[in-house]
Parts: sequence; structure tokens; C-alpha cells
Amino acid sequence: MKVERKCKIVEKALMGDAVYMVLEAGDMVRTSFKGPGQFVHIKCGDAQLLRRPISVCLCSQDQPSDLVSIVFEVRGEGTARLAQREVGEELDVLGLAGNGFQLEQDKRCLLVGGGIGIPPMLGCASYFDRSTAILGGRSQDKIILTDRFEVCCDKVMIATDDGSVGHHGFVDALVRQELEQDKEYDYILACGPKPMLRNVAKVADEFGVACLVSMEERMGCGIGACLVCACDMADGSRKHVCKNGPVFDAKEVDWNA
Amino acid sequence: MPDMKVNLAGMAMKNPVVVASGTFGFGREYNEFFDLSELGGICAKGLTLHRREGNPAPRIAETPMGILNSVGLQNPGVDAFVEEELPFLRQFDTKVIANISGNTPEEYGIMCDKLSAAGVDMIEVNISCPNVKAGGLAYGTRPDLAAEVTEMAKKHAGNVPVMVKLSPNVTDITEIAKAVEGAGADAVSLINTIRGMRIDVNTRRPVLKMNTGGMSGPAVLPVAVRMVWEVANAVSIPILGMGGVSKGEDAAQLMLAGATAVAVGTSLFADPYAAITVRDGLAAIADKQGLASVSELTGGVKPW
Repeated sequence: MKVERKCKIVEKALMGDAVYMVLEAGDMVRTSFKGPGQFVHIKCGDAQLLRRPISVCLCSQDQPSDLVSIVFEVRGEGTARLAQREVGEELDVLGLAGNGFQLEQDKRCLLVGGGIGIPPMLGCASYFDRSTAILGGRSQDKIILTDRFEVCCDKVMIATDDGSVGHHGFVDALVRQELEQDKEYDYILACGPKPMLRNVAKVADEFGVACLVSMEERMGCGIGACLVCACDMADGSRKHVCKNGPVFDAKEVDWNA
Repeated sequence: MPDMKVNLAGMAMKNPVVVASGTFGFGREYNEFFDLSELGGICAKGLTLHRREGNPAPRIAETPMGILNSVGLQNPGVDAFVEEELPFLRQFDTKVIANISGNTPEEYGIMCDKLSAAGVDMIEVNISCPNVKAGGLAYGTRPDLAAEVTEMAKKHAGNVPVMVKLSPNVTDITEIAKAVEGAGADAVSLINTIRGMRIDVNTRRPVLKMNTGGMSGPAVLPVAVRMVWEVANAVSIPILGMGGVSKGEDAAQLMLAGATAVAVGTSLFADPYAAITVRDGLAAIADKQGLASVSELTGGVKPW
């Protein structure tokens, strides 16, 4: 049986514009972990009818309570309310939801995170052995968690749109550079804005490397019943980010939609 | 405790709470949260004759105490429902109500043939989906067309009761209710969603890709109560009331206005157990008022 849980906020910090929280999640991780890249569906406050889907950054089985960390940006009324919640308060959380990146832990992965797509890649970095991370954002303040990636990954590269740190340009240029130099990657895993994912998927296809992407869409129920979070597939069908995803094979996705 | 059993157009239910079509899929997901046998009934996701992929995303927008949706009847088609989903739903001790939408009266007829042969407990005829271009809402806004579709459904539904789902997007809902009653409908359900729109002021784009959508959630409850009351005063067939129900008191309002049973929908998205909460809240109200049966609430409003 699935359950919704009251999860206490035990840690909170700002990371640039983003908010970092650690939640005590009961047996959530023990009972519903499928792989890094799942999400939690959070009731942000009483005034918001809909829950908000937030990617899991890191999660761990722990005693007496499992721990789940999330990082989110304030995008609207829901996340603004969530950002006001303080350590010690309880959140109503459904999860872990969605499929995640379900691969064996010994796969060698090239991780690509853009903007608020960076935090879920940290979960991947800590789960898979010997990963390389490519982190991108508009400017230096959007590149977060780099010290944590340094610990978990063999190599970390950075790209910013304004060149304030790392490569001046988009992440897909670094993906191309890395794939030219290193032919030993089993998978590319990517999370970020759709144009970024499209470009990364294109480079992966050119080099013949399997690519999994984490998609984002406005959600309702978060469990696959209401069908609002549609993702257009290359075969003309529409799947659902909450239940069939959020992780899809890049070849499945209709990038022209 | 009061007797919670109700009878909706010959369909005996263990309690008056059903889940609304389009909010519950075919039950598989919510069955991971609670036993579907707890429910009085399940209005399954709206079916069409052929599979539909629905509208492009975004399909949902939040509004003050409500939501807008523009799913557009994504569904696997009536045959896939009968083969793959109905056997699953049949495992549970609850009533199964199939919901259908057609592009033509003939399509409604074909679907009723298939569903009555397959054995559902009731057919809810959707003449009021605001999110599809052909048919849909047009049938629900013209009494003559609503009657034509109802007659066709009745002709092909055999012994299965036919309930027609009414649109609130009309000047006078009682005209449509009377028309479908005259055409043989066994019950009516109301309200479907109210057409609405939300605009992102920064991008100047509507939040929904289809620009407009159907509004539901607590904000629409008073509209639903008013329309159920009007329809109850205009027809003698039973009513399944819905629109913004999230607690027992909401359900009791719809029943006092004239509903025999109530549906819970949008509130499930915030709370997967909402239908159970509504059922228990309704029982508590009936108990507090000393009723022998919850059905005594139906039509019990004392208007000024």
C-alpha cells in the first residue's frame, strides 16, 4: 500500500536562489526507492489545492527515519509557500513517486544537469560508480552543489551561458567534447530544461550512446490517474511524466513537440 | 450509525460516495492507497469508441481554490477498457460506472452495446466535455441534441441504467435535464466542469496549451449545489451530485439540494483518501442529526 506521510523538515539552507531541505521521511525510501531521479509530491500549504512535484536530490535509508533531500526554486505560489516552511515544520508528502533512473549501480554514466536539474544529478552521482558530471546554468550562482559532485564523481565540468565560470556556452558542447575523448560511457543521464535535454539527446544519438532524460510537466495527482502531465512521444502517443516517467529514453521522446 | 446504503436509479450502492470520472483513471493507482471496495462506486475515466491521446500539455492550471484542466479525453478506447480494465474493477465490491463520449449519436449507441454486453452497473453519458472539439459540449448545450443522444444510449444500453452528465455551461440547466428525462434517462449527474481560463501575465500566454479548460475544485461547489437544487425541482429522476466536494459537509449540501449520491473528484489530487474522508464525514453528519438513513438527507433543504 502507498501512503502519504507527514515529513518533518530537519535542515534548510539557501543555495543561491534555490532552497535546500532535508526531510525525515519515515520508511519512504525503504519502501519505494526505485533508483535516483524519483520525485516527491508535496502539499506546499493550505491555500494551494495541488501538490508540487519536486525532484529528489539525495535520499537514504536511515534509522529511525529515512532521509530525503530536495532542492527547489521559487517558481510560483506553491514553491513560494514551500520556501517559507521552516525547520521543525511538517510537510504532507507523497513519494517516492515516478520511476527514476533504473540502471545497475556499476554502469558508467555521464551526468548532465542544467539549472534546477542539477540536484537530482547528485543523487545519480552518489548512486553510480565513476561518473562524470557536466553542470550548466545561466551564471555562476546557478551552479550549485559542485563540492558534493567533486566528492562523488571522477570528474566535474561546468558551463555557464554568460561564461562567469567554466566553459562559456551550453552543456552540450562539453558533452560532445567528453564523448570525443572518452568512449567508455554506458549511459548519458540528463535533467534540465527541455531545450537542453533536446540538445544533449542529439549529441548522444550522434555518438551512439544511450541517453535517459528526466522530463518536467505540470502535474495533478502525481500517481498516474488524472493524466494531466502528458509528454509527447516520438510514436505519436502521449505518456505521463508522473507514472511512466519522469525518466524516459531520449529516443522515445518527441523533441519537436 | 446511520444506514449508508442508497439506490441510484436501481443501482444499489453500499454508500453514496463515488469517485468522479477523469480523476480516478480505472482505479489501479488509487487502489495502492486504499481498498476500492470502500467506495460506493467508481465512475471510470471517460471512454471514446477509439483510443485518444488527448490534448498537448500543459493540461492543468491551479486557480483560487480550484483547477483548470484540458486533458481532452485521453483514453485507450472502449474495447481496451472492456478487455483490460473492467476485469480489474470487477474484483472489487463496488459499482462500476462507465463514462462515454461520442462524436455522433451512433458512436454513443455502439459504445452502449459493447458496455451493456460486457456488464457494467451503469453508463454515464458525457454530453458535456468542454475539452473536445467535435460533439462533446455541443450535445450538452442543446436540448434537442441532448435528447437525441440519450434516446440512442437508452436504445442500446439494454437493462443497464443510463445517467446523463450535464454541463453547467448553459443558461438554464433545467431545460437540458428535462429534455434528457423526456428521452428516457434513468438519472442525471452534474455538474461537469465550468469553462475557464488562466493567463500568465509575464509571458501573456494562457497557462493551458488549449487556452481554455474546465474548472473544478472547491471553488465550484456553490454552483454545483445551486444547479443540483434547480434540477431536483425540475425533474423526478435521481441525481448524482458533484463539483468541489472535499468533505462530508459538502456532500451533505449536495444531498440536501436533491442529490441521491455524490461524486468526489479534484480533491483526490490533494488527498488520495478524500473519498473515504467524505464518506466518513457524511456518516458523522447523518449520525449527529439522528437519521436512520443517510438517504433522508436527499432533497431535505428547507428553502426560505
